[in-house]
Amino acid sequence: MNHLKKLENDSVYILREAYSNFKSLCMLWSIGKDSTVLLWLARKAFFGHVPFPLIHIDTGFKIPEMIEYRDRLTREWHLDMIYGQNKKALQNKETFPDGNATHLECCKKLKTEALRNTLSGDWPRYRFNHAADKYEIDSNKEPFTGVIAGVRSDEEGSRSKERYFSPRDVNNDWNIENQPPEFWNQFKTEFAPGTHVRIHPLLDWTETNIWEYIQSENIPVVSLYFDRGSGRRYRSLGCAPCTMPIDSTASNVEEVVAELKTGKLSRIAERAGREQDKEDGGGLEELRKDGYM
Amino acid sequence: MTGRENRDMKIAIVGHVDHGKSTIIGRMLADTDSLPEGKLKRVRENCRRTSRPFEYAFLLDALKDEQSQGITIDSARIFFSTDKRQYTILDAPGHIEFLKNMVTGASNADAALLVIDADEGIKENSKRHGYLLSMLGIKQIAVIINKMDLVDYSRDVFNSIETDYREFLSDINIETDIFIPVSGLKGDNIVAPSPNMKWFDGMTVIDVLDSLDASLPETDKALRIPVQDVYKFTRDGDNRRIIAGKIETGIINVSDTLMFMPSGKKSTVKTIEYFNGDKGKIDRAGNSTGFTLTEQIYVKRGDIACRIDQDMPEISRRIKANIFWLDREPLEMEREYIIKLGTQKIPFTVESIEKVIDASDLSFTSKDRVERHDVAECILTLKKELAYDIIDNNQMTGRFVIVNNYEISGGGIIPEVISDRQSWVRDKVITRNEKWIISDITKKSRAGRYNQKASIVFISGEKGSGRKLTARNLEKMLFSQGKLVYYMGMGNVLYGVDADIKEQGIVKDKKEHLRRLGEIAYLMMDAGMIIIITALDLTSDEIELVQTVTESDNIFTVWMGDDITTDIEPDIRIPSADSKDSVEKIEGLLIEKGVIFDYN
Ligand SMILES: Nc1nc2c(ncn2[C@@H]2O[C@H](COP(=O)(O)OP(=O)(O)O)[C@@H](O)[C@H]2O)c(=O)[nH]1
Repeated sequence: MNHLKKLENDSVYILREAYSNFKSLCMLWSIGKDSTVLLWLARKAFFGHVPFPLIHIDTGFKIPEMIEYRDRLTREWHLDMIYGQNKKALQNKETFPDGNATHLECCKKLKTEALRNTLSGDWPRYRFNHAADKYEIDSNKEPFTGVIAGVRSDEEGSRSKERYFSPRDVNNDWNIENQPPEFWNQFKTEFAPGTHVRIHPLLDWTETNIWEYIQSENIPVVSLYFDRGSGRRYRSLGCAPCTMPIDSTASNVEEVVAELKTGKLSRIAERAGREQDKEDGGGLEELRKDGYM
Repeated sequence: MTGRENRDMKIAIVGHVDHGKSTIIGRMLADTDSLPEGKLKRVRENCRRTSRPFEYAFLLDALKDEQSQGITIDSARIFFSTDKRQYTILDAPGHIEFLKNMVTGASNADAALLVIDADEGIKENSKRHGYLLSMLGIKQIAVIINKMDLVDYSRDVFNSIETDYREFLSDINIETDIFIPVSGLKGDNIVAPSPNMKWFDGMTVIDVLDSLDASLPETDKALRIPVQDVYKFTRDGDNRRIIAGKIETGIINVSDTLMFMPSGKKSTVKTIEYFNGDKGKIDRAGNSTGFTLTEQIYVKRGDIACRIDQDMPEISRRIKANIFWLDREPLEMEREYIIKLGTQKIPFTVESIEKVIDASDLSFTSKDRVERHDVAECILTLKKELAYDIIDNNQMTGRFVIVNNYEISGGGIIPEVISDRQSWVRDKVITRNEKWIISDITKKSRAGRYNQKASIVFISGEKGSGRKLTARNLEKMLFSQGKLVYYMGMGNVLYGVDADIKEQGIVKDKKEHLRRLGEIAYLMMDAGMIIIITALDLTSDEIELVQTVTESDNIFTVWMGDDITTDIEPDIRIPSADSKDSVEKIEGLLIEKGVIFDYN
């Protein structure tokens, strides 16, 4: 069996385990390539259906194309789409682009807090109503107990410590020092009231695997990943003010795969274009403990 | 990338703390040119600045966590490649929780490197880790004797450690011929052959890795698909009822006849389902598949799909298991835990602990509990039938994990079959199910029509406690509510159905009597009925037997009288003083359990 097929089959297994074990399950969709591959794998696992809601945290600063792409696929694939947002921080302009917060503070407010409160149901959730073709405030405020996310272990130091099923305690904290063992395809599917579990089907995938899979399955990704004449493209997507494109003329999936295989990018961190990572060496670890992906 | 294998290989690295795992990994990364540019130099400089001696462990720490968090604490993945293929090293550096992390990493590995310090020799964990690798089912193991520079690259030292450790490995049924003398620090025999050990003519660590085989899913074994779920997504008019699961071993084809274990229900594969891409009539081990059946039988998560033309798994409520325990809280008798095997999840208690093995020296003791890091042979009693294979026949369905307080706390393998009190009944039940003719009217539609769930109500108690009167009154009351109900008096069974096993009004073979009673009840339940049965001094064993025959959890027990004289734990107790309300009490139970309901 070739490597991509093996990765695909193992991830599908994990998604199905998640679906059968968690009554209140959702999947985080950042619009980026990883979580889009994850979404595609869900359609594989459930034969064209996605039987749980997708959660997107809209910071209000996303590159507009990302939102267009999100809503296009929502309609085409009949997705149960929910977004959450820190409306208050945006109204009060407590953000980095407004000059009132550092990168990290801004991330904390617009992503961490928004995510935590959207998952818990404390803040409004905006759910796409397909009949009315618009987002409406969701009446369901039940907290999600299983949260699927597209984390990869080659991406960032702290992430290589993850489990496929990673418990978060009542305070949403991640106890890295004392994680449960995980073996023989058996995962942590039992959990105490008030706690929840993060599920990571993509842990074993590398950046190259992701692109090869996008190529072999012909998965539609947002065009920001490709050079459209400027000699630059995004390697990792985030908020417009804080994400820089890289120099690259790869203009389609084939060229991106070829570029990755030259190893030209292999010694530059994938998220090097993401400003918040630079601010303090291991900022992500802190954000992750807080629940930000 | 031509000529390279299109699959990565996962390698676990284990060994006693400080024997040199990190150093060897660091060396492999450095000498295969797999490090980010300038990384090695920066870490060396950093050491010089802080006047610490350079350690490869620092390099790994720096790689895994850009921040200096001090100790690395979890099984981490490190990627590197040779000309032949890509590797993922599953590393779990030394720490108190090491074993949890080691098991997590090593269980996924295709092969393992076990590191022993030549100067310090074999230590407890050199053996304990070897033992765990064997339990985890890792077949390919290379033993690396490290720090040869500290023993003057001595052939004698190497030979003597090799001899001792080889003996230990053969005691635990691991066979390996791969022993490599290395110095991680100086780089001998890691990537390049060592000029310091001309006496050694074996392969270097890297060459050994390249010579190992990636473990492949076993298509030549009997089919085993632990059912993950049955999907019916009705959106857009999709009316497929898809049984989903990963093919652990074997091959499935359209028109194969399958049997679902432990229930023994049977049906034929109609289609294999796909999304985007493949449209085939066959699927094989390693794949997460989905298929539909020609006859709609009741299949659920936990069942194992098997082919009737191949070996069937074992089924039992009692298993022998070799368990390794990872939890701080010991495994104790008389407490309830959960076993997870495939997608089955069943509560159990430890019936006995045969012996507890100290994995570091293979000595054993008898204890009444299994402590953290112990390995033990135990007998487990399960609440329901488990379908499994013995480990030598099938690794995937011969091993399980144990859940205690929401956490995976240990793992185990099943080395052999032991007898179980119900096995004689179960064989008959499986044959019955095999031949059973399935009605077009489903259980669900019958339940909907009658507003009731087919069930058995056992009314038991001591002599003279009013069992029979209660049974009659209950029958009348349910009937007047429009329920389909039948009180099956013992006399109705004894002289006809049991004619051949009865002498002078007494049943010779009580178990066979109960089996037959169960079969009659099963028929009536298939017809959707509520059956009331009275029984003197009913025991939990007898209830279990009826459960096995009827394959039903909808069996409820009522105990009448002041004292419970057997070992049963009835759903309700009705003391003599309350017996006039007994019918209402039972009605309450049936409503609470969802046996009777009314939509209107
Ligand atoms: N002399 C010598 N020292 C070594 C060698 N390999 C490792 N060490 C030292 O042994 C100590 C423990 O090594 P480390 O790789 O951290 O061990 P780990 O705990 O198994 O990861 C460190 O001080 C290393 O420098 C070797 O081949 N020769």
